[in-house]
Amino acid sequence: MTRHFSLLSRLLHWLMAILILAMLFIGVAMVSSLSDYHRLVSIHKPLGILILILVAIRLVNRLFNPAPSLPAGMPAALRFTAHASHWLLYALMFALPLVGWGMLSAAGYPIVLIGLLHLPPILPHDAGLYAALRPLHTVLAFVLFATFLAHLGAALMHAVVFRDGVFQSMTR
Amino acid sequence: MPNIPASSRPDGDPRYTLASLLAPPQLVRLAAIGAVVGAVAASFAWTGGFFSPDRLDQTRMIDAFEAANGPHPGFRRNHAKGVCLEGYFDSNGAGARLSKAEVFQPGRVPVFGRFALAGGLPMIPDGPTIVRSMALNFSLPDGEAWRTGMNDIPVFPLRTPQAFYDQLVAAKPDPKTGRPDPQLLAAFQAAYPETVRATAVIRAHGFSSGFANATYNGLDAFLFTSAAGTTTPVRWSMEPVDAFAPAAAAPTADRNYLFDALIARVHDAPAKWHLILTVGQPGDPTDDATQPWPPERERIDAGVLSVTRIVAEGDGNCRDINFDPLVLPDGIAPSDDPLLSARSAAYSTSFTRREGETKIPSAIQTARRP
Repeated sequence: MTRHFSLLSRLLHWLMAILILAMLFIGVAMVSSLSDYHRLVSIHKPLGILILILVAIRLVNRLFNPAPSLPAGMPAALRFTAHASHWLLYALMFALPLVGWGMLSAAGYPIVLIGLLHLPPILPHDAGLYAALRPLHTVLAFVLFATFLAHLGAALMHAVVFRDGVFQSMTR
Repeated sequence: MPNIPASSRPDGDPRYTLASLLAPPQLVRLAAIGAVVGAVAASFAWTGGFFSPDRLDQTRMIDAFEAANGPHPGFRRNHAKGVCLEGYFDSNGAGARLSKAEVFQPGRVPVFGRFALAGGLPMIPDGPTIVRSMALNFSLPDGEAWRTGMNDIPVFPLRTPQAFYDQLVAAKPDPKTGRPDPQLLAAFQAAYPETVRATAVIRAHGFSSGFANATYNGLDAFLFTSAAGTTTPVRWSMEPVDAFAPAAAAPTADRNYLFDALIARVHDAPAKWHLILTVGQPGDPTDDATQPWPPERERIDAGVLSVTRIVAEGDGNCRDINFDPLVLPDGIAPSDDPLLSARSAAYSTSFTRREGETKIPSAIQTARRP
């Protein structure tokens, strides 16, 4: 039985951890800054698409390289919470960039990544759609940040309180 | 406690029980974890400005527009009264010397946009000295776009977002008198001498008699990058083919006389403007839209904008577009002008608010005209 995640799984996890945390901080900073707004938005859009590509690779990898099983002694409620929170993280990693891309489409913005690299719209130009998706993007971002905090807390619990090898399954 | 894989233990591992978590050494570890998670949450809140509610951000800026003008749901918080335009831009290729942007290659690109009156009142009667604006979207190949919002004044009266905000607060009508408080206005002018200087330049310049014979200036400086990689500061303008005539001293009885004249003018024949690129020299201010550049600067005529149709605001047209001045093609970049990022941010907030609000018909309607 495997005790830890595959090398590719660990690489994807830690790379995406850095990118997503940076993305959340950039997002919350840019919507409350006049002077840094443009600089940060210009990073936010291509970074979001990079995260979308990485999470698609990660999902495929997860199907081929399943996660190691949790400790046998872990109570059922904790096991359920662990699995549910991981699938919630996957859902949000897909949803946030897609909602972001969709809301820019619905607003009629060109979707600039870098230089001449543009993405096509994925939704029609529609005021009502934009008005629904823009606040949804914010709500989902706060849900993702809260889920990340829970994930961080749980990882540290495994590392220093339970000491059951779960934290080490992602660090080595 | 040794780090034994829990899978080697029997079911009901005691380390997961509440009793073991409440043992003193574990409580210390739990507190430390709580501190780490709390610190990350607090730094996130700090980054989002949750601890500095008095900082000027896009929310406060648009709140100030709403406070100054009153609520007008569904309309832009500034440049609220307007009408859509359609047309095209014929580039003559001269701009390609400065910028590699597709729009400056010889040829025609479709354009849509909006004519408007400055200010946050969507039903305000037209007047001779209300600033007029032209916003444009050049639709370039492969989904690229160039958007610009220009005004018919030679310089912008405000240098920074803070000056803009302070002016909104100072010029807000006093509920008792219906007019701005003269003391607040005097204090504002004392704090921002560049605004007093720029206002004098604007007054001396004068306004034209209509939308079609006005010069619209981009005001902010941008950085053009050529195919060879050379970067040049540029300010742009749309200069009318129609001859300048000074504005009448007083408005006519028609509340929409400026817009109605524009609709009639474009109905007769396309209204045209030359896109003039003014080339900045070292030392010309790029971070101060209140200062004109020296009049002898080189001017490049990059082509002709033809406005062929005027259409009332409605679903999916210019009404539902954010003319964000930082929607730029590859080959045009923002300068260090502090107004640019602030405009981009504030326009986005205004756009998000109005797109979620119920719309009522705009003051300017064109449906009855053939």
